[in-house]
Amino acid sequence: MVELTPQQRAVAAGAAGAGAAMALRIVAEAARLMGAPRLIPIASAHIDGALYHGDSGTLFAERLVADGAHVAVRATLNVGALSPAGCAAVRLPPHERDMAARMMRAYEAMGCEPSWTCAPYQAGHRPALGADVAWGESNAVVFCNSVLGARTNRYGDFLDIACAIAGVAPDYGLHRPENRIATMLMDATGLSPALRRSDVFYPVLGTIVGREAGAAVAVIEGLQGCTTEDRLKALGAAAASAGGVGLFHVAGVTPEAPDTDTALGHQPPRETLILTPQLLDEALARLSTVTGGERIDAVAIGSPHLSAAEVDALERLIAGRRLAIPLYANTGRHVLHPLEAQGRRAALEAAGVIFVVDTCVVVTPILPDIAGAVLMTNSGKFAHYAPGNTGYAVVYGSLGECVESAVAGRLIREPRAWS
Amino acid sequence: MELSADILLPGPGTAGRCLALTAPISFWGGVDPRSGAIIDARHPQRGQCIAGTVLALPGTIGSSSASAVLLELVHAGRAPAALLMNEPDAILLLGLVVAREMGWPTPPALRLPASQQKALDGRWLLLSQDGRITVR
Repeated sequence: MVELTPQQRAVAAGAAGAGAAMALRIVAEAARLMGAPRLIPIASAHIDGALYHGDSGTLFAERLVADGAHVAVRATLNVGALSPAGCAAVRLPPHERDMAARMMRAYEAMGCEPSWTCAPYQAGHRPALGADVAWGESNAVVFCNSVLGARTNRYGDFLDIACAIAGVAPDYGLHRPENRIATMLMDATGLSPALRRSDVFYPVLGTIVGREAGAAVAVIEGLQGCTTEDRLKALGAAAASAGGVGLFHVAGVTPEAPDTDTALGHQPPRETLILTPQLLDEALARLSTVTGGERIDAVAIGSPHLSAAEVDALERLIAGRRLAIPLYANTGRHVLHPLEAQGRRAALEAAGVIFVVDTCVVVTPILPDIAGAVLMTNSGKFAHYAPGNTGYAVVYGSLGECVESAVAGRLIREPRAWS
Repeated sequence: MELSADILLPGPGTAGRCLALTAPISFWGGVDPRSGAIIDARHPQRGQCIAGTVLALPGTIGSSSASAVLLELVHAGRAPAALLMNEPDAILLLGLVVAREMGWPTPPALRLPASQQKALDGRWLLLSQDGRITVR
């Protein structure tokens, strides 16, 4: 049973206003459901709740605003359903557009930062190692825990803003050190070094981590010297969409895993998975919903939102050529604004790149309705969600393959060794 | 046959046909918030509708927007009549917690192990306020 402090009880009863009371009651109810004994202070929040899924979420946010709620800690905003920074046209009907805009305004009115990105950790919001925070958006959660070593559970919509207003979160799960110890070992040492150093490997690996580890914490051995921040981002995003992963460790890379033994808490792993070319082939196959055929109607990259380095790579691969089909580059204003200042945005748009900013192509209708359409992506998360959310079938490939296919207007594969 | 389950979130007594999913699901991207249809292309129960069912969940995965989808289903009158969960999922259940705070009618959520869920699929279930499940 959760025990509230006298001050928390007073807030829940309305001492700090009706909005703060509702927020604290929601946090306390979540604590009860999860068996958390107490509420602990948080250093920051990342809010996933400002994405329009229907009128109910707008009504909730406006109720909080009307009742005087304001965030008590730094709170960045995940993507919304509109693109106030411009760029791609969002095809929401008028009612939905209005309700989505009202929702975004309500969250800003509560004091949240208009970051509008699913990669807040690359937009200047990087909590300290060991800090307790309340983050939403499954990829941001897994990055925050795994790569930054800050501590968060997977905060769903509503609980994220409730924690930000209350300044506290339920003390359970990944806030507690004993639950951050790996129980599963994944051994990648048998895979070819070239593969382990390729971007295209990480979403596939993430899919395996999601399916095999689920809610358990895994430590991956054999990636020392192979990873970049963007690769870890892609790994985490794929793992969190394929399974309930909130935290993984990479031995010798992530902050709580100086080595495998430490990540495992000096205990033998309960389960060991040797990564083989066959396992990778199976996971790779699952990332595409069509096989055979050369049809590609559009390319989408940037789930999670592209970093500046990823836009650099895109620019290098396009190499001044003109794209035959649209390439949707999903990113945040933290990346777009510098690009604009450097004059690079216009050049990329002239080549056929369509920037999608503050939102993304799987959370709001941007892709045109085309019968039997096929989307190509290098993102494990897009590959997972595009069929359900956009109606497009999906083909997974490397960034290089995505760009070559966009230039050619049909599926282009590069020779690769999945071993 | 009668089963007894722990109450995760209370609600009124209710009834409905049980839809026991055979794989974990992400509500966001997996369930259409307007209709309650399962839209995840890779889910074994794709195409079935969860509205009005006693929905048995062996597990939940994926996006942290699951609660928003569930709240929207409640608001749109397309929510399940009740949820049977292998284990509590704070993300999903927050949708029901917020629905209650907003003053909207809220379906109950009970805890029932996945091993006991399978046999209920397709059966008509009566749920009492105190967590008893009667199988018709």
